[in-house]
Amino acid sequence: MEHFLDQVINGLQLGFMYALIALGYTMVYGIIKLINFAHGDVFMVGAFIGYYGFAKWGMPLPLAVITAMAVCAILGVVIEKIAYRPLRYAPTISVLISALGVSLFLEYFCSLRFVFGPNYRVVQRPFEEVHWVLGGVTFNNIQVMVAVVVIIMLLLLQYMIYRTKIGMAMRTVSFDHDAARLMGVNVDSVISVTFAIGSALAAAGGVLFAIAYPQIQPFMGIMPGLKAFTAAVLGGIGIVPGAVLGALIMGQVETLTAAYLPTQLRDAIAFAILIIVLMVRPTGILGKNKPEKV
Amino acid sequence: MPILEIKDLSKNFGGLKAVSSFDLTLEENEIVGLIGPNGAGKTTVFNLITGIFPVSSGSIKFMGQDILGMKPFKITQLGIARTFQNIRLFKQCTVLENVRTIFHPRVKYGLMDSFLHTPRYSAEEERITEKSFELLKTMNLDDRAHLTAANLPYGDQRRLEIARALAGEPKLLLLDEPAAGMNPSEVGTLVEMIRFIRDHFNITILLIEHQMGVVMNVCERLVVLDFGEIIAAGLPEEIRNNQKVLEAYLGKGVVSA
Amino acid sequence: MDMGKKTKMNLGKTAVLLLITLAVYVVMKALLISSILSSYWGLVLDQALITTIGALGLCIIYGFSGQFSLGHAAFYGIGAYAAAFVSKTYGHGSMAWFLLALPVGALTAALVAFLIGLPILRLRSDYLGIATLGFGIIVKVGMDNSNRLLPVLGGATGITGLPQVAGFDIIFLCTVMTVLLTRNFVQSSYGRACTAIRDDEIAADIMGIDTTRYKVLAFVFGCALAGLAGALYVHRYPFLHPSSFDFLKSFDFLLIVVLGGLGSMSGTIITSIAWVFLLEGLRFVLGQQFLEFRGVIYALILVVIILLRPQGIFGGKEVSVMAPPKAIPASGKEGPHADPGN
Repeated sequence: MEHFLDQVINGLQLGFMYALIALGYTMVYGIIKLINFAHGDVFMVGAFIGYYGFAKWGMPLPLAVITAMAVCAILGVVIEKIAYRPLRYAPTISVLISALGVSLFLEYFCSLRFVFGPNYRVVQRPFEEVHWVLGGVTFNNIQVMVAVVVIIMLLLLQYMIYRTKIGMAMRTVSFDHDAARLMGVNVDSVISVTFAIGSALAAAGGVLFAIAYPQIQPFMGIMPGLKAFTAAVLGGIGIVPGAVLGALIMGQVETLTAAYLPTQLRDAIAFAILIIVLMVRPTGILGKNKPEKV
Repeated sequence: MPILEIKDLSKNFGGLKAVSSFDLTLEENEIVGLIGPNGAGKTTVFNLITGIFPVSSGSIKFMGQDILGMKPFKITQLGIARTFQNIRLFKQCTVLENVRTIFHPRVKYGLMDSFLHTPRYSAEEERITEKSFELLKTMNLDDRAHLTAANLPYGDQRRLEIARALAGEPKLLLLDEPAAGMNPSEVGTLVEMIRFIRDHFNITILLIEHQMGVVMNVCERLVVLDFGEIIAAGLPEEIRNNQKVLEAYLGKGVVSA
Repeated sequence: MDMGKKTKMNLGKTAVLLLITLAVYVVMKALLISSILSSYWGLVLDQALITTIGALGLCIIYGFSGQFSLGHAAFYGIGAYAAAFVSKTYGHGSMAWFLLALPVGALTAALVAFLIGLPILRLRSDYLGIATLGFGIIVKVGMDNSNRLLPVLGGATGITGLPQVAGFDIIFLCTVMTVLLTRNFVQSSYGRACTAIRDDEIAADIMGIDTTRYKVLAFVFGCALAGLAGALYVHRYPFLHPSSFDFLKSFDFLLIVVLGGLGSMSGTIITSIAWVFLLEGLRFVLGQQFLEFRGVIYALILVVIILLRPQGIFGGKEVSVMAPPKAIPASGKEGPHADPGN
């Protein structure tokens, strides 16, 4: 039982990190209906920048996180401007292919020796890991940090979406681009802001990931990216609380299967659950079914 | 035996009653108009007949056979074809392909004939093409057979939808606002075509239309819907002077004043 | 025009296509025999043809039927593993067993496609994409652990020592057959039903087309071609490893089909060959020390092409030998009635 609770806490930590990535997927999908395949790689860039910040450039951790978020926010905006915006009125698949191209570009570019290099790097944590035992359940300061950072960011995001003008504009654009434009919303800048926020959240997730699982390399974004995307679909893509819910479920599923079933099956079970959910409830847990107009 | 027999049909979307207690019987070779203000539930009736939405209650019989709960493609294969209010052609296909596609369920060659292009395939393709051109000719589209459907002018697209529906060899044809967006001369031609189709193909036609010129001209009988309920039914001249119908279209105050 | 004319036109196109094919075969064979094309480039050529077969499968599934699959490599892999199992266990380099292994690969992929396709093809566009992507990852995990089920499959270390019995001739023959079968399918009533589903699934359903049936049919046929490609692949390259079938490989197929232009077989064929040669060409041009730039350049080319031509290089068009003959009505034969409109 205690072992089980330990696993639940591990799963929570993983789920929180997936949530930060999933938010970017779900926000971008909500606004331009694109599976932004490059998002997992933005997460990777965030992890590297954060690592360089606290391990190489001697920044205090919070500053390193903020730097990573800022760099990735810019990266996200630039990617959208160069690779997605020119294709806004092209078939969806073209944008998806462009996103794949950007994803591959980031992976291979970062693998170049004068960028980050192709090899795994072990991350020296900026602080010692401390374990606590509370009622037989073990947890550590990293898990506490992840939980605190993620919850603060979720609250900020929620505030921004529902209480600020830009948040209102985002909701309008996700509802209908043309109507939003007619109502005087600058759709282009709203889309840019969405990419900036999504990418910044992914970067924060990347830095936390690098600290929690202290090993980074240029292809590290693929799997967490796919799973976070899965989480977003699971929760109902385009719905912000859905992304968090889906991510927490994915985190649990993954750690519990790794704990009680052969570890190799971890990814298979995660995606098998996705397929089953899609069969039973294609719009995700929180998604609403909209019948198509005939 | 009537072609179509709808009894006590109702459809609710959540709390909204889109159609309630709808009755309609169509006899062979009739042209019947289904009219009513916007949002009255006319297209919903079509969607229920063709099986797109499950009905909430009631019964629909087509040539004596209960078709409730059947999949749309099955219902169509029994002999009901329709057109769409917001045109739904196979846009990237040519005009000819749009029509040829619909022969599919009655094509007399199998998968292996397709893969190997056997003589049976060739003969059958020949037959389908011939029939498709006949239909296109009926709808004045035979000179545009090789254009992409999406590039046709609006009126042509509407007529192509009718040609495509006829390719299914239906007994009952449902036309959803066939004259919408057409200019007066096109509308005149359309009225002729609808009569011609009925006589030549020997089918029953139920049509939704807002242009009263078309409705009064071509329909032998009218059914008027408002808020999902039938408020009047009868001959065109009876409906023209029906108080309830005028109220539904123009509003109560205007009529009584 | 008499009743047989259209048939003749179609046969004419087939004849032209076969003549072109024969010419290509003779030229390639001459280049290979005279060693103008080194054995290394011969290998690349075979890879290009194998890729063409697999990509035509996805062309049917996505280009013509509109079913977005991000898991095509899984079926390529299933075909490869099934064929490898036959050859490794029974064949040991015998040609007869190899010829049996090819249909086994294709049919196994088709069977799996049927079983998975029946439930998941209900999903639309992006959702179908992500479900097939997930399926691909599950298959990859299965391959990584395949040795638990059958030790001969090798698990994460892959299989070595497979008999290399597939040569240019058989691969070329399979490619030509695939091209013909694909073209014939697309130009049949079945193909038209699939295309209608791509253009408007709801309208297709209401117009009397059993959409589930044709989506599954297209998916099974397309995946069978992927399986055939996989079966050829394992008999041409001595190593079989699960990492050859991960989702990046699925993206490869997707890129080819989209860059070639959705709904264009000619585009798919030409892009498959060009893409494989481009990748190898880069290795050749860049030299050893710049090899690490290959991925970057690959990615850049991809983004630039899609930005310049979002509809793909061929944009749904076919070169004339692959295009259906233009159907025309019988001349002189009057319609059954006068035009009501005139």
